[in-house]
Amino acid sequence: MRKIWDIHGGIHPPENKTQSLQDNIRAAGIPAQLIVPLSQHIGAPAAPIVNVGDRVLKGQMIGEAKGFVSAPVHAPSSGTVAAIEPRVIPHPSGMSAPCVVINCDGKDEWISHQGISDYRSLDKNTLVDTIRNAGIAGMGGAGFPSSVKLSGGKDKPIETLILNGTECEPYITADDILMQERAAEIIAGAEILRHIVEPNETLIGVEDNKPEALAAMRAAAEGTGIEVVSFPTKYPSGGEKQLIQILTGKEVPSGGLPADIGIVCQNIGSARAIYRAVCHGEPLISRVTTVTGEACSTPRNYDVLIGTPVQYLLDLSHFDASRCIRLIMGGPMMGYTLQDTAVPIVKTSNCVLAPTVEELPPPPPAQACIRCGMCAEACPVSLLPQQMYWFSRAQEHDKLEEHNLADCIECGACSYVCPSNIPLVQYYRASKAEIRQAQQDKIKAERSKERFEARQARIEREAAEKEAKRKARLEAAKAKQQSATKDGSKDDIIQAAIARSKAKKSGGADNPPQDPAQAAIARAQAARSGDAVSETAEEKTARLEKQLASTEKRLAAAQQKLQLAIDNNDDNVEAFRSGVEKTEGKLQALRKELDAHRASQAPAPAESVSDDPAAAAIARAQAKRAGGAETESPDAARERLTTQIASTEKRLDAAQQKHADAQAQGDVNAAAFATAVEKTQAKLDKLRAELAALPAAEPEPAAEASNADDPAAQAIARALAARNANAELSEADKARNAVSSLEKRIAKTQQKLDQAQADGDDNAAILSDTLAKLQGKLDEARQALDALSQEEG
Amino acid sequence: MAFLKVSSPHAHGPMSTGRVMRLVLMATIPGLVALTWFFGFGTLTNVLWASLSALAFEALALKLRKRPIAFYLNDCSALVTAFLLGIALPPGSPLWLILVGTGFAILLCKHMYGGMGYNPFNPAMAAYVLLLISFPVEMTNWLAPRGAVPASELLGPIDALLRSLGIGSAPIDGVSMATPLDILKQNDALLVDDLWAQTPQFGTVAGIGWEWVNLAFLLGGLYLLYRRVFTWHAPLSMLLAIAIMALLFNDGGSSASGGGALFNLFSGATMFGAFFIITDPVSSAVSNRGRVIYGALIGVLVYIIRAWGNYPDAVAFAVLLMNFAAPFIDHYTQPRTYGHKKPNAQEKA
Repeated sequence: MRKIWDIHGGIHPPENKTQSLQDNIRAAGIPAQLIVPLSQHIGAPAAPIVNVGDRVLKGQMIGEAKGFVSAPVHAPSSGTVAAIEPRVIPHPSGMSAPCVVINCDGKDEWISHQGISDYRSLDKNTLVDTIRNAGIAGMGGAGFPSSVKLSGGKDKPIETLILNGTECEPYITADDILMQERAAEIIAGAEILRHIVEPNETLIGVEDNKPEALAAMRAAAEGTGIEVVSFPTKYPSGGEKQLIQILTGKEVPSGGLPADIGIVCQNIGSARAIYRAVCHGEPLISRVTTVTGEACSTPRNYDVLIGTPVQYLLDLSHFDASRCIRLIMGGPMMGYTLQDTAVPIVKTSNCVLAPTVEELPPPPPAQACIRCGMCAEACPVSLLPQQMYWFSRAQEHDKLEEHNLADCIECGACSYVCPSNIPLVQYYRASKAEIRQAQQDKIKAERSKERFEARQARIEREAAEKEAKRKARLEAAKAKQQSATKDGSKDDIIQAAIARSKAKKSGGADNPPQDPAQAAIARAQAARSGDAVSETAEEKTARLEKQLASTEKRLAAAQQKLQLAIDNNDDNVEAFRSGVEKTEGKLQALRKELDAHRASQAPAPAESVSDDPAAAAIARAQAKRAGGAETESPDAARERLTTQIASTEKRLDAAQQKHADAQAQGDVNAAAFATAVEKTQAKLDKLRAELAALPAAEPEPAAEASNADDPAAQAIARALAARNANAELSEADKARNAVSSLEKRIAKTQQKLDQAQADGDDNAAILSDTLAKLQGKLDEARQALDALSQEEG
Repeated sequence: MAFLKVSSPHAHGPMSTGRVMRLVLMATIPGLVALTWFFGFGTLTNVLWASLSALAFEALALKLRKRPIAFYLNDCSALVTAFLLGIALPPGSPLWLILVGTGFAILLCKHMYGGMGYNPFNPAMAAYVLLLISFPVEMTNWLAPRGAVPASELLGPIDALLRSLGIGSAPIDGVSMATPLDILKQNDALLVDDLWAQTPQFGTVAGIGWEWVNLAFLLGGLYLLYRRVFTWHAPLSMLLAIAIMALLFNDGGSSASGGGALFNLFSGATMFGAFFIITDPVSSAVSNRGRVIYGALIGVLVYIIRAWGNYPDAVAFAVLLMNFAAPFIDHYTQPRTYGHKKPNAQEKA
């Protein structure tokens, strides 16, 4: 007695096999119409090679295999091709697929065919091709093309050939009766398979609930060396992996094939079909199918032509539709329900089950899982079905994969034993589909990501190119500007400063002053070296004023550099800042000195004329002040100066704004604006200094005498007029004016910012910064306005 | 003609959850008979009140949760909880005590967690522990068994009902008596053999009555095992663990002894726990290997608490503690799937 192994779990549902074993196999006959699906196997569908209207003979190939994993289909009987169109095929989804519809002529006329008398003389490839051309696909259920299993690479020798005659599903007896009645043909098929795969041993596994089949097979196998092994009945022993475990104790690795452990497994029906194909030249055009269930009064097995409609078989078995609410293709454990009795019998159809309502009642509603573990006890592959059920409900796909969902063979044993009637297998099928979908989505997402990244890279490259072009333009503009400065047409303050400092370094006091600034420097140096003694009071005033002006200029330049450095995140920011501070300190010192000097030289001669325009202006102003002071009270002077300062501040603001804008836009005129700012600043500082010096002036009764011939006085007069005009306005009105002007500026800046943003300009940031500052000012102004309005109200 | 469109399998086994529960209820009958014979009708009134109140609480919870009441009551799970609690409580417990117990078991331990199948703890044991901690006097007030007192002292059916309602004249103190486990726990002077000889509550291998009660529950448990309601793994490993612990720590019967193997196996709630409590599938480990570990650890804990803990019996505490550990055990006892070299949890480790 051969050693057999046990599988984990398994169940013992009522067998219900005797009903259909009452009679021999009976030929079902030729129906009026055969519907032959082009895909009855796993793999690529066959391609039709006949046309509508063609006459076909029995056994004629009507669809040829497409690809390696595929199988051809043949005409099961003679007749005319009525249609090649999608028809409902046997499938759990009830879907339609292309079929060749043949109107049978009833003559059942064979195409000329011939068996191979001595297959042993042929080489294996020829035999495998013969099997392939006969369209033989696994008849046990899955429909895997038999030739593919046989033509597997020779890298791994096959030790064991197993023929599966287990038929563990309840009700089905097609294999059982085939073994009883066609044992010799099965053994002959097994011999052909042995010849092809050359195994060390050939086993035929049959459950011990088929004593007659076992006896017939053992008799037929007598003396062939083929061993017919019986083992205890248990569902699902007939699963390929389970049968391999029972007969050999080996397990097919997860995700692998039986060939990986040196085993080939074929269904006994397939073996018989191989015999018919090789020895008789008959392709697979019929099979044995069980028609059973209590709704059929004459359950039995039929030799059915492939393509025979199920309704035809049901009619033969006296099917009572009123007693049946579900029609099953296959067995009660793994079969699927049919919606349409027009579907044809295909190569894998081993059973049509038509149970009554009492026989297989509709599933009762599921109750809560009580974690009883009966499912785990029943599982033939040692899964934990109840854990998988929780994970499936929670859609925890990673946990499901961790619990080996992929190894589930969907035998239904867990659902069968579940006391709470939970359709466990249904959950696993759904989760498997979800995981498959998720994997496909993942692949798709990865492709999308690649595309996105490529696009991103392209956009960045283009942006970099654009930026480079922009920089090049900017450089060109700067270069142009520099050359212009060299020509002396523009005062680039930096260039000027460099030039000055160079001049100072190289020239020193010996160089004759060619411009006022250098003259001032020269004077300053002279003063330092002790020449100050010879200096007259006017000279001193002029010198100090010049020094003041130039220091102010340097301050402005330094401030600008600092600003630039800050904007560019320059490392030298700190150096620039200290430079600015130093210059400021110097400026303060100069102002003090000048004030002190002026205070001591109050009655300075107004006639003193300098050839320097600035000095002249100062002189004029002083003259005016000296002259005007007689008619101007200190208070009036203070008021006048205050007004002037205010207006100059405004102008300075405006100038700075213009300058900032120009800078922001990389305008070549930025330097010009900078000079304007500087000048205004100088003026402002001067005015402030004057104001500061005022208390020192002699308080004299002043009358508002107009010095109409003096331009400075005229300017003062204008300013006064303006102030007076302004004074007529209420504070609130002034504030209102300020607000509206700010608003205008904000609007302008906003416009520029929008433009800059639209162009993707780098200056957008600067502009938005400016905008924020302006907004701050506006807010302050508005607050002031509000406060004033409230006061007024 | 419209056929059903359903997914396989189309056949279904005969087992149903309601049937499982009814089998469990049936299997408690021998134990109930033994308890009634030795301790009077107090246990039956416990079970009666517990059943009525548990069904009421279950119906209430289902109504509040908007679930079909009849459909879920039909699974008999509330009745099982009620039976187990009623058996575990001292015979003739007052009604209010039972109400607190079943209310806690059904409403808090079961439905607050999502109802049937979702409770992490065994509801009957959680309720038992709640009552034991909250009302120690009532919970340790065991009646004297037949044999230790005259049969006339046992509670009759009417007495038991009145007593449970608190209106009877039954002399509560007169018939109550410490259980053998209590006596052993309290003993710190006598050798076990002397204690045995001096105390009327001890019988052949364990306490009078208790040894028979345990045998009866063993019988009921074996029936359930025969009907494949549960597997042998958890009960057997628990009993083995208790026996091994008792043998390991057997000091020859000193005054500090935790009792011998047979004494421990047939005392208190050992058999009841092994076959009716730890086999509760919802709150135990799921795989067979896991159940072996689960049962064995409960057995170890039972002995530890009995011998060195503060409470004379320990099944409820041990079960609750291991309920905590069940998911952890599950994680490390995943079985090896067909075609795999190792369970996935170990492959990863």
